[in-house]
Amino acid sequence: MKYYDKLIFELSRPGRSGYSLPASFAPGKGISLPENLRRKSSLDLPQVSEVDVVRHYTNLSQMNFGVDTGFYPLGSCTMKYNPKINEEIASHPLFSGLHPLQPEETVRGAREVIDGLDKALAAITGFRHFTFLPCAGAHGELTGLMIMREYHMARGDSARTKVIVPDSAHGTNPASAHVCGLEIVEVKSRPDGLVDVEDLKPLLGPDIAGIMMTNPNTLGLFEKDIKEIASLVHGCGGLLYYDGANMNPLLGKVRPGDMGFDILHLNLHKTFSTPHGGGGPGSGPVGVAESVLPYLHIPVTSGFHGNFAVMMRAYAYILMLGKENIRMAGPLAVLGANYIKESLKDVYKLPIGSVCKHEFVFDGLLNDGARDDVPGATTLDVAKRLLDYGFHAPTIYFPLLFHQALMIEPTETESKETLDAFIAVMRTIASEAAEDPQLLRSAPHNTPIRRPDETTAARNPIVKA
Amino acid sequence: MGTFAYFPHTEEDIRAMLDRIGVASLDGLYSDVPDDFLYKRDYDLPSAMSEQQVRDFFESLGQKNTRLKVLVGQGAYDHYVPAVIPYITSRSEFLTSYTPYQSEISQGTLRYIFEWQSMICRLTGMDVSNASMYDGPTAAAEALRMMVACGRRRNKVIVSSFLLPCVLKVVRTYMKYAGIELVVTDDVLSELGPDVAGVLVPQICKYGYVQDLTGFADKIHHCGALFAVYCDPSTLAVLESPAELGADIAVGDGQSLGIPLNYGGPYVGFLSCREALMRKLPGRIVGQTLDADGRRCFVLTLQAREQHIRREKATSNICSNESLMALWCTVYLSLMGPEGLRRVNELSSEGAHYLHDALLATGKFEDTHPGKVFINEFTLRPLRDAAALQQAFLDGGFFAGLQVDSGELAFCVTEKYGKDDLDALVKIVEDLA
Repeated sequence: MKYYDKLIFELSRPGRSGYSLPASFAPGKGISLPENLRRKSSLDLPQVSEVDVVRHYTNLSQMNFGVDTGFYPLGSCTMKYNPKINEEIASHPLFSGLHPLQPEETVRGAREVIDGLDKALAAITGFRHFTFLPCAGAHGELTGLMIMREYHMARGDSARTKVIVPDSAHGTNPASAHVCGLEIVEVKSRPDGLVDVEDLKPLLGPDIAGIMMTNPNTLGLFEKDIKEIASLVHGCGGLLYYDGANMNPLLGKVRPGDMGFDILHLNLHKTFSTPHGGGGPGSGPVGVAESVLPYLHIPVTSGFHGNFAVMMRAYAYILMLGKENIRMAGPLAVLGANYIKESLKDVYKLPIGSVCKHEFVFDGLLNDGARDDVPGATTLDVAKRLLDYGFHAPTIYFPLLFHQALMIEPTETESKETLDAFIAVMRTIASEAAEDPQLLRSAPHNTPIRRPDETTAARNPIVKA
Repeated sequence: MGTFAYFPHTEEDIRAMLDRIGVASLDGLYSDVPDDFLYKRDYDLPSAMSEQQVRDFFESLGQKNTRLKVLVGQGAYDHYVPAVIPYITSRSEFLTSYTPYQSEISQGTLRYIFEWQSMICRLTGMDVSNASMYDGPTAAAEALRMMVACGRRRNKVIVSSFLLPCVLKVVRTYMKYAGIELVVTDDVLSELGPDVAGVLVPQICKYGYVQDLTGFADKIHHCGALFAVYCDPSTLAVLESPAELGADIAVGDGQSLGIPLNYGGPYVGFLSCREALMRKLPGRIVGQTLDADGRRCFVLTLQAREQHIRREKATSNICSNESLMALWCTVYLSLMGPEGLRRVNELSSEGAHYLHDALLATGKFEDTHPGKVFINEFTLRPLRDAAALQQAFLDGGFFAGLQVDSGELAFCVTEKYGKDDLDALVKIVEDLA
């Protein structure tokens, strides 16, 4: 990767252009706006040629690291390989040219995609049906919680205004609950990382709408007491919400619908291989069990049908895997995570040693190299040093249960050679930390830029050119 | 094993990895799962297809759709998509990365988001824009939440009933659960009062006509409320910018800036505001700074607003956004420049006015909005059976004349459609008995 310093605005020359448009055919009928509706200020967009645009964005792309560049073990994000046939299908002109309000009889193929994906996701999760309006995981959470509220309201149960969220939950869980007008009640984790059932019991009552859970949780641990939790929450009249961000290890092995969950969202951009696009677009379909089915389509949370082109990719992925290969997706993801964990636990602090699912969490280095006069290397430093060695960093400082959390998720699409190379580099970094922590503290050294000054960025925000 | 393209594991790999872990089989990795939760059958799914079979499958589904010339807008506009855009956006360094948490290896994403924010600010005249929202409708809902968050215990918002239906239904949904009092009215100014946190109006109404919003800002600000404008960013090349209208917030959908129709998504919402509201702005924001060697670089900034730090106290729950679609728009605006975007409006307007006048000349429509100003979208009242007209359009290869709530038919013309297309559409009307 090499540093490239331009912004597109800096390439601009008056009189240059990169567009190609047809000639006018009705010149008399052009825009004639009255003064009060007309733009007065000039519009300072770049004036660049087509080749300027192509070179500029190609240069920008070369400062970026993606799954196609290398190993991307970002915990809770399931950065699996994004198959290329999916891209071809998603841009098929017989689909991409469809207007969202076209009549039913002109979009039968598109409806079959949605219906087919609905049926496939139902088979995989054990839920009845899905709504595809949500455009991302957090959007799915919000939509799912709205469905939860509709369920209670339809029963005249309007006092259920609180939702229980474990302290290990993704930050979106409490945020989504808040946006949905619910109060958040936190349930604690036990020292073994699982939800504390004893802590949960006194929280349950007639004001509880439900509980949001991720299973396996953000420590990568399977919530073994889920049956008891489900029966306690259902017993108090609440519903169980499944945050599907961590669904990947369950592919082929466990269906959330069989564990007592009533509502779930899936992240098609995680479990079902659609590309993450530098932060989106994703797709966060919400599924429901039979008892919640009447409320599935009440919340209308996006303008048309959701991110249809993302749904196309996910459906293509499921068809490629078929029932034979999907069985292996979860187990191979779990195999990779446990392999890394067991290969590094003598040099990184492993707070919880039991078998993990798709991801696990280290709590920093066992030997951070700190001496009287030299501060040790932190999780941030390990992450930055990994960039020097050509790997993306794991998720860091999450979950909040540990101060130096390093959350590693390899996925099933990585070979043993890739995992071995990552393990070797992680061991090298641990040795470097013990000998010369400053080397880590000043990393990265080989990337297009060095560490940015984030403090100044926040104190004196420059947010546009 | 080793027979499926996406799983690189050989039998020996699996054996060696299991040995390191110290379990006997892959099933042993699920020993923590209660046995009655283990799904021991195959899912009810089809058998694996070859790549060619998958391609053929979607081709055959595609043939079940009807390829139409799209002369309807209503929130999704069939503008031309330059070839450069998908070429750039399919570069896998952009496509297969995620949120730019590690800025040292994400400068590509961070720079184009910074450019997107800058372009949105230049179009709208606002001081700050976020990195994107899901779509225009959710951006509108978030703008209303934002105004309430700024509103010092004011919990009421006023929304114009002239917003597009796709926006209004999402706004209604979000407000219902957020416990915010929502008033939807034709006349927003008549509802102003000391309990109103903010007002949202469209610059272009659901029938396609440009609204005269002169004086709105003063009246809204006078009662202590904030003013948000829903706009089509493409038309801001020629229409008064939200800043010129005195707005505090500008929102809308970037689909009109080079994103295909995609049967409704993915699109991209934008949400921009005046500097004073910056710390209430939801979503990610990219800022400029220097690295340890003093070089210009870009980072995610002001993260104290966001859910991963603030949890339930965050300004929004948004996490993943529509970053790649923001790149679509950024490349589009780079190609078009100020003159190209103006030409798009000019050509669309020519086509729309040509069609408008030709349809009226058939004697089979009535102009119920005489003298109103429009760019690319308008509505007319059919004097004959609307359903028969719509069917005739479909039979002729057009999606045109969508019926709106007033019973009128909405048409939209972009630069993609020339004289031959429009004459063909008019002929369909003329030929109809």
